[in-house]
Amino acid sequence: MKSDLQFEHNIYVKSRIFILVVLVSLCTSVSVVAQSIADRGKEVYDQNCLACHQMDGGGVPMLTPPLVNAEWVQGDKVRLINVVLKGLQGVEINGEIYDNPMPPLTHLSDEDIAAVLTYVRANFNNKAGPIKKEEVVAARKAMN
Amino acid sequence: MKKITFILFAISVAVLSAFDNRILQDSIKLPAGFKVQIFAEDLGTARHIALTPQGTAYIKLGKLVDGNGIVMLQDTDKDGIAERKTTFGPFAGTGIAVKGNNLFASSDSEVFRYTLDANGLVTNPNNPERIVKGLVNKRQHASKSITLDNKGNIYVNIGAPSNACQEVDRTKGSKGMMPCPILDSAGGIWQFNNAKLDQSYGQGKRYATGLRNIVGLDWNTETDQLYVMQHGRDMLFQLYPEYFDAKQSAELPSEVMFALKQGDDGGWPYIYYDHIQKKKILAPEFGGDGKKTGGEKAVDPVVAFPGHMGPNALLFYTGKMFPERYRNGAFVAFHGSWNRAPEKQKGYFVAFVPFKGGKPSGEWEVFADNFAGVESIDSPGQAQHRPCGLAEGPDGALYVTDDVKGTIYKITYSK
Repeated sequence: MKSDLQFEHNIYVKSRIFILVVLVSLCTSVSVVAQSIADRGKEVYDQNCLACHQMDGGGVPMLTPPLVNAEWVQGDKVRLINVVLKGLQGVEINGEIYDNPMPPLTHLSDEDIAAVLTYVRANFNNKAGPIKKEEVVAARKAMN
Repeated sequence: MKKITFILFAISVAVLSAFDNRILQDSIKLPAGFKVQIFAEDLGTARHIALTPQGTAYIKLGKLVDGNGIVMLQDTDKDGIAERKTTFGPFAGTGIAVKGNNLFASSDSEVFRYTLDANGLVTNPNNPERIVKGLVNKRQHASKSITLDNKGNIYVNIGAPSNACQEVDRTKGSKGMMPCPILDSAGGIWQFNNAKLDQSYGQGKRYATGLRNIVGLDWNTETDQLYVMQHGRDMLFQLYPEYFDAKQSAELPSEVMFALKQGDDGGWPYIYYDHIQKKKILAPEFGGDGKKTGGEKAVDPVVAFPGHMGPNALLFYTGKMFPERYRNGAFVAFHGSWNRAPEKQKGYFVAFVPFKGGKPSGEWEVFADNFAGVESIDSPGQAQHRPCGLAEGPDGALYVTDDVKGTIYKITYSK
């Protein structure tokens, strides 16, 4: 009787440990995926955006708008995806008009556009959620 | 106890304000013997500046302040600080110049002419004559810088609304257009009569072409010739990572000074100048790879500076206040770079090039530095001030404008 109890207790402990291990590994793999998206987002930013928007997201006075705590970045996702897909120039942002044109970056993959926008929305004092690849696919389809 | 606290407070205020003054005095670094004063501040986006023979200063604003785009400043008690200020001219822009009894000022598509009285004051602030209209204005490189010769002509920069004349501007993989159609109406210096009304392309002359964007230009009275500073093209690394790395792209192409004659071609967009190889290099949009040369018919620069520093003003010094070596030499105000990232940014200073007979007689040097007010700059937004305009006062003092906070610096020399 005693040993049975001991056995059941052992099973109970083992299953608890098993569930814990599964949970931990799940969380780790999710965070590894999230981390690799963030890394990819930064890579895409450094190659395609940093020259104009700068390493601190501050932009260039009179030429390139800042991305810091920006409504265009944190607001409507479709509008933001379209800035990357279609480019932008001459729009007034907080009373300033910026002179340099942003070119359309259609050569970037859907994954890369999602990654870079997710990166920008989570950095430079922005606190908005991620953009999914499917949302980029949909915006690209609506464009054609 | 209260008394002691008050005395301590008073002392600390005195020390702090003395310290503050010292910071102001030491903020701009100059060669020995030179001194800087804050002639005026908080004017707004102070772009170019011109002074009359009486010492009245006119500053063009890039953005309107209370509906006006020109600031007039007077220092009637001659203490180096302006105490009288009025504004007029309901148009934003960059160019401003004084010639004879006239003040000229530009918007991004027009040039206006005002009349000056014997005291250097504008007599018709509300109804200037429009001498040039209808110039290309597509935001990018839209500022219309101006200078005048002594034969009744005005020279107007019409910057190319483009980086390198690609089919789709600043876009990876987009080809260069051959021939570049932009050059018909922009990417050069146009000459107009300085007294005729409402001239446009049909009445003017394309004086020089192949110039991407000229913000700083000056008529050299010693050689009777137009000199210009070009803003070189951007993004070699971003558009062509197969030929350029980030370091090369920060340094290239050179920001060049040209001495121009009628009909000259600066070579944009087909070539750029490389001050490291000392060669005119074929642009990658037109088959170049960073090594192939080109532009046999394009003029060679007279001075080549490192890339992207943004030369926004050029001034040949003719005054007698500064030491002899500065006479007829060139001052260049560098607005400061953005397209050197991820490398450190560069510029944000006024450079000097000694000249003899219209040709450089020595290497360029930094003349006035530390406008940015920070040790090093990663991002242009960090700069507290950015040099944008230059003018010489009747006494030979050098005036420098700043278009971040609208500070006007007056630089003087005494032995």
